[in-house]
Amino acid sequence: MSAAAAVVAAPPHVAAVPPRVSEATTEPAWVRRSLIAVALVFLTLFLFVPLVAVFAEALKKGLDVYLAAIVEPDALSAIRLTLVAAAISVPLNCAFGVAAAWAIAKFDFRGKNLLLTLIDLPFSVSPVIAGLIFVLVFGLQGWLGGWLRDHDLKIIFALPGIVIATIFITFPFVARELIPLMQAQGVEQEEAARVLGASGWQIFRRVTLPNVRWALLYGVILCNARAMGEFGAVSVVSGHIRGQTNTMPLHIEILYNEYQFAAAFAVASLLAGLALLTLALKVVVERRVAAQAEVTRR
Amino acid sequence: MQHPALPTRRAALAGGLALVASFAFASAAHAAGTTLLNVSYDVARELYKEIDPAFQRAWKQQTGEDVTVNQSHGGSSKQARAVIDGLDADVVTMNQSSDIDAIARARLISEDWAKRLPNNSAPTTSVTVILVRKGNPKGIRDWPDLAKAGTSVVIPNPKITGNGRYTYVAAWGSAIKAGATPAQARELVQKIFANVPVFDGGGRAATTTFAQRDIGDALCTFESEVNLIKAEFGDHFDVVYPKSTILAENPVAVIDKVVDRKGTRKQAEGFLKFLWSDEAQEIAARHQIRPRSPQLLARYAKDFPKVQTFTIDEMFGGWTKAQKEHFDDGAIYDQILARK
Amino acid sequence: MLLSRALLKRHSVLPGFDLALGFTLLYLSCIVLVPLSAAFLKTFTLTWPAFWDAVTAPRVVAAYRLTFGASLAAALANAVFGLVVCWVLVRYEFPGRRIVDALVDLPFALPTAVAGIALTALYSGNGWIGSLLPVKVSFTPVGVWVALTFIGLPFVVRTLQPVLEDLQREIEEAAAILGATRLQTFRRVILPIVTPALLTGFALAFARALGEYGSVIFIAGNLPMVSEIVPLLIITKLEQFDIPGATAIAVVMLVASFVLLLAINGLQAWTRARQGR
Repeated sequence: MSAAAAVVAAPPHVAAVPPRVSEATTEPAWVRRSLIAVALVFLTLFLFVPLVAVFAEALKKGLDVYLAAIVEPDALSAIRLTLVAAAISVPLNCAFGVAAAWAIAKFDFRGKNLLLTLIDLPFSVSPVIAGLIFVLVFGLQGWLGGWLRDHDLKIIFALPGIVIATIFITFPFVARELIPLMQAQGVEQEEAARVLGASGWQIFRRVTLPNVRWALLYGVILCNARAMGEFGAVSVVSGHIRGQTNTMPLHIEILYNEYQFAAAFAVASLLAGLALLTLALKVVVERRVAAQAEVTRR
Repeated sequence: MQHPALPTRRAALAGGLALVASFAFASAAHAAGTTLLNVSYDVARELYKEIDPAFQRAWKQQTGEDVTVNQSHGGSSKQARAVIDGLDADVVTMNQSSDIDAIARARLISEDWAKRLPNNSAPTTSVTVILVRKGNPKGIRDWPDLAKAGTSVVIPNPKITGNGRYTYVAAWGSAIKAGATPAQARELVQKIFANVPVFDGGGRAATTTFAQRDIGDALCTFESEVNLIKAEFGDHFDVVYPKSTILAENPVAVIDKVVDRKGTRKQAEGFLKFLWSDEAQEIAARHQIRPRSPQLLARYAKDFPKVQTFTIDEMFGGWTKAQKEHFDDGAIYDQILARK
Repeated sequence: MLLSRALLKRHSVLPGFDLALGFTLLYLSCIVLVPLSAAFLKTFTLTWPAFWDAVTAPRVVAAYRLTFGASLAAALANAVFGLVVCWVLVRYEFPGRRIVDALVDLPFALPTAVAGIALTALYSGNGWIGSLLPVKVSFTPVGVWVALTFIGLPFVVRTLQPVLEDLQREIEEAAAILGATRLQTFRRVILPIVTPALLTGFALAFARALGEYGSVIFIAGNLPMVSEIVPLLIITKLEQFDIPGATAIAVVMLVASFVLLLAINGLQAWTRARQGR
């Protein structure tokens, strides 16, 4: 399992309460307090203040400007487009993740390590390059450009292009979440089900899926958050047509470029709110995982 | 094992997807009549917000047809690049002819596009001016003042913005016009660009940097931006008109390949012709963009002070030549920067 | 079927291998492999000298320096502070610990553009933090470093956390019994155990920072030779209609990221071997 997976997969961990420790293995109080202070200052400067700044700037000009920015037609179509793009890419990546995890975790085959590295690839590709390659393939001057033009099919600078770029960027999330878990769970339960006469789909639905449902959910949550927030790759393939091909992150950039800063941060606060929701969901999921692990241990 | 949560969750997910899908299809319902896509440059946003509905009304009156105009804005070269890559623009309204020339090279329009409409196909123009802090503390009056040590001036990236390129040629051309040699003009431009603290990717981004982030003593931008900046950021700035500056023509063109395929040539050409009409020219004047009509120029004289201008054709032999000599990779601009 | 016979090392009773692997490979090829190859093929239209010129021009080299340099510095900052943060979260109790722990994942969930404009506003001369600092941050390489540190924050913390949590107190108690001071215990017992995870987290933060665009583009000054990041350079070349040049630089970055990815995987394998798993 690659290290990238480790970070994506590693939570669900549970922020455990530190066990009672003896004096010999604890630092003096002043060390403890200074370390906590250092950690909190670092996090404040780099994490908390930016988060607060988004909401503060959004509300700078008052609540009505905030609300007006969100219900403005271009903003609404940006929200719509973001939701649609995510609604298409996340289930597709989910299906892929499940298929890949099934193949990789339950079978032993040649080239497995290569496949794992290839699945990791989008993690390390710059979003700008991700957008560029799809322009190279689907753009008018690209490989399929002429054919698409002749058949009046629009991919780049339209919804399909945005969806494909989003799929690329969020490609590994679900797969990397499931694979380590399914590998750790082994094949005994599935094989037992097989012996008892279950078909492939029955095995999957009634044995595998229930075992991984929280990891699956977590992968979907992460995938969704990234899909909705992707900027670089979508910026290259979008075309920036107002009211049509601007996702929320792009719309934020447009508002920023029109000097409508409060409005830009207002829309940004929606995405920041989504991020916070994602984190809250993650904590809930972790508690369920821990509870399930407890049940299994007992 | 019973998992009651699972079916409910699946149903909710399916329901949610269906809702979103219906959303998407609803929004895809076609607007009545024809739709045109106008691919335009960064700082033309407010202008076309007014011109598009005006054209819609005029066209309906003239022909009884419904037409909608969609807009896309970005850095001028970025937009040209997108059109070449397949962005289905019916018309392009740029601020630099070299970007439309690039589209012509990609064979989407004919090479003689500029001759099809009056004034080199440019219904409006603007000039590059210098915006300074209120009271002009650094006493900036002309281009050489921007080259002084200790002065910082914000200019958007000439490699990817028309705004930036126009500033470059304005400074260079003004030196030549004042009688300097090309070597001296080059030195002036070098000193000016050495005073730039940040190269933003668009005219608007540069304005944000200057006006909101308080960076720089001066900003070089189009005259058309000045009122907007004052309206948005308050009256903390003064405008300085240098002794001479570039006349930036804003060329427009119909993309032949696209309109012939979509069958929208009539409407597209109508849209461009509309830009020369009195109504559109007045809208431009109200947005501080210089119209071609002499009467309107006279009527809005206080917005358009007289300033000595030169065109890219006069000073540099056209944009193609200027691009090759100055802005291509390894050309004069790159050399200037490398020696900083 | 075909795939089973060709690739499976052991016969398996479980069904679905061909379907799952077939779909996986198809999806992977369409979405990832084929488009990536487009970048390489486009670059191959350049002759070797042209390619070399494109990727070693002074401005490009300056951009590599900034991108790799700032990413490295950000990963280092995250390694150091991430260790502190992780230690504090795992070992100590303080009010709000759970909230802080959840918020560490914020850079993962927050869109890059939102982070970009927020950080730019904060750290500019008249921003909340920028006005308090003696140094100019926004629009300088320091600003780039700030944005990249933000992006990589969760990587070190989340990679270290399981290791620190699993660390057995008995080892530390044994060291204490044998006479080690707390600092000695930390340096000679704890640190070696967490170092592989620390390295992995560092490498991940580094890899992530290399390609980052959305959060950096607002705060970088984009001054050629000074504060221009490589992804911006790629876009600049695109907008100058120099596609092969853009893909040339992109290919260099792709190769660098791939090498880094391999190194990370190798590191993980080495870690597992060391821990006897």
